[in-house]
Amino acid sequence: MSAPDHADLTPDSAAPTDIAPLGRSAPKPGHEMTAEEERGSVDWAAIANDADFKKLLASKIRFILPATIFFLAYYFALPILVGWCPGLMKTKIGGVNYAYLFAFSQFFMAWVVAGIYVKKAGVWDTAAAAIIAKFKKH
Amino acid sequence: MIATLLASGVLPVPEGPAPAANPAAIAMFVSFVAATLVITYFSARKSSGSSSAYFAAGRRITAWQNGLAVAGDYMSAASFLGIAGMIAVAGYDGFLYSVGFLVAYLTVLLLVAEPLRNAGKYTMADVLAYRLSPRPVRALASLSTIIVSTFYMIAQMVGAGSLVKVLIPGMTYNVAVAAVGVLMIVYVVFGGMLATTWVQIVKAVLLMSGSVFLSVLVMSRFHFSLSEFFGSLSHITSHKAGVEVTQDFMTPGLKFKNPLDFISLSLALVFGTAGLPHILIRFYTVPDAKTARGSVVWAMVLIGVFYIMTTFFGFGAASVLGPDFIMKNGGANMAAPELARALGGNIFFAFISAVAFATILAVVAGLTISASTSFAHDFFTNVIHHGKEHRPGEEVRVARITAFVVGAISIALAMALGPTANVAFLVGLAFAVAASANLPAIVLSIFWKRFNTSGAVWGLSVGLASSIGIIIISPTIMTVDAPTVAASARHLIQHAPIFPLENPGILTIPLGFLAAIIGTLLSNEPSAEAMFTELTVRANTGLGAEKATAH
Repeated sequence: MSAPDHADLTPDSAAPTDIAPLGRSAPKPGHEMTAEEERGSVDWAAIANDADFKKLLASKIRFILPATIFFLAYYFALPILVGWCPGLMKTKIGGVNYAYLFAFSQFFMAWVVAGIYVKKAGVWDTAAAAIIAKFKKH
Repeated sequence: MIATLLASGVLPVPEGPAPAANPAAIAMFVSFVAATLVITYFSARKSSGSSSAYFAAGRRITAWQNGLAVAGDYMSAASFLGIAGMIAVAGYDGFLYSVGFLVAYLTVLLLVAEPLRNAGKYTMADVLAYRLSPRPVRALASLSTIIVSTFYMIAQMVGAGSLVKVLIPGMTYNVAVAAVGVLMIVYVVFGGMLATTWVQIVKAVLLMSGSVFLSVLVMSRFHFSLSEFFGSLSHITSHKAGVEVTQDFMTPGLKFKNPLDFISLSLALVFGTAGLPHILIRFYTVPDAKTARGSVVWAMVLIGVFYIMTTFFGFGAASVLGPDFIMKNGGANMAAPELARALGGNIFFAFISAVAFATILAVVAGLTISASTSFAHDFFTNVIHHGKEHRPGEEVRVARITAFVVGAISIALAMALGPTANVAFLVGLAFAVAASANLPAIVLSIFWKRFNTSGAVWGLSVGLASSIGIIIISPTIMTVDAPTVAASARHLIQHAPIFPLENPGILTIPLGFLAAIIGTLLSNEPSAEAMFTELTVRANTGLGAEKATAH
């Protein structure tokens, strides 16, 4: 049998569902809903104006912005120092030069920043879950 | 730049003494291929044929699995053979790639991975199309995805052809390229993202264990003394144009003379990764943003450990073998396998070579699926058919056909270019295009409310055109070669380079961002601004994100 001829209400800004509606008339279970099908069911503006959501966003920006500036500054210090201060970077300490030690430290910098981010993100997950729960009730 | 680095994976393999047939290598090749075909068979049986199963492995990949797959996609032949070779012949400057390749993941983790997972579906373009006019944006994003993936892929295939040719005498370059191409088509066409992911996981495990073992062998040579190891690097003797020179390989600047080269390279590395389509689509294979984050962390641990080990097998090759030996025996790209032969004998040489071959195969499969997904989902379904799938399964069918076509075209191009082709610029292009075209569009559409379609179109086209254009007039392509240089190694354009740096990043990345900003300011699109609210809520809460499919 052929699939029922749905009028496709999918907005043009995204793709249609990837799960073919093979003649099932009951509503889809939650795990099969696609982003587009859920689109109309949520009041996005209300969430965006919610105080808790604004707090979550602010908290994210407060971390992500400085963290990004920090890691980029730390990272670009390496090519800048290597390029323009080769004398300093050639200086050896215990058989290894500063150039290598600084490059080596970048690995740990990346791991530490990632670690702190994951810790912070755990808190954000909880906040996001609380916001979703709040708006599901209404 | 990366171009040169990858050149090593791609450059002609100098004629050495004909190697003896290596049964161990052949056995290892065959067992790897057999294992991956079994994976593909089971993936094909599991897959239900829906788009989400085919393109995103049903979104049921776990954090550590995806972490391994991301790491696998990233640790290409370029990283393994290329960086090892570059450090082995150019010292410290090669190690800068290792650093940049890892730090780049902070850009992915902090700025891109979670919003992309929350707001997208199968491709990089999804997140752009969310609030912008989908057709022009998807068409351009799809074009840049296909350009990046295809060029990257050709370089890998030429590399594989050269590697196999050296290892299995009697196998011609064309046969090797065709074999790689056919295998890759089989993985992608039949197994989809699930098979591609598992091939990548198997390969990542092999590559990590091979690298650990190789590093341990190197350090045992130096009695596990770091000071003895680093001490040996301070006086590496090699011959440059017939003159004997002794260099401290830990000193920066043996390769790059212009400080701006360091900056330009670093820019392309740190911003390129977050725009590489074959890396980005991996975040759609996990159930949610939290798992996407976890997989970046897993990938960062693996990639970090791997790139730290390039210290041992890169510098180790310089110290144990010496640059002269490396250049005479297979060239820079064979430094790691040759080091394995010197330290672990023929069996270990065969193992490392088989791992390198597996690496190429897996990465090529990852690239093919990213190109074909983008064509099917962005171009076919959304641009041509306005976002409607006419029949269930049509998108997947188109993707399979595209994978076949992309594979066939890459095989043909790799054969046409031949084993001696200098296709290095193709991969340089991948990172340059990713950083200059894709990244501005992705970052601005996630973070800038005012951003609109015109901005995305400007950013993507200027980024795409300028990075390709600048590479053509850079020393990678445009250099006057000495008359003694062999015809096969000559640069494509015999003219003094117009752009002095090897990597275009320093010019084209700001240019891409600037074009995106100017394009935005030149037009007004209230609907794009209105949708920003929804995108922000989705990106930050995961509300309405694509779910994992049930079994």
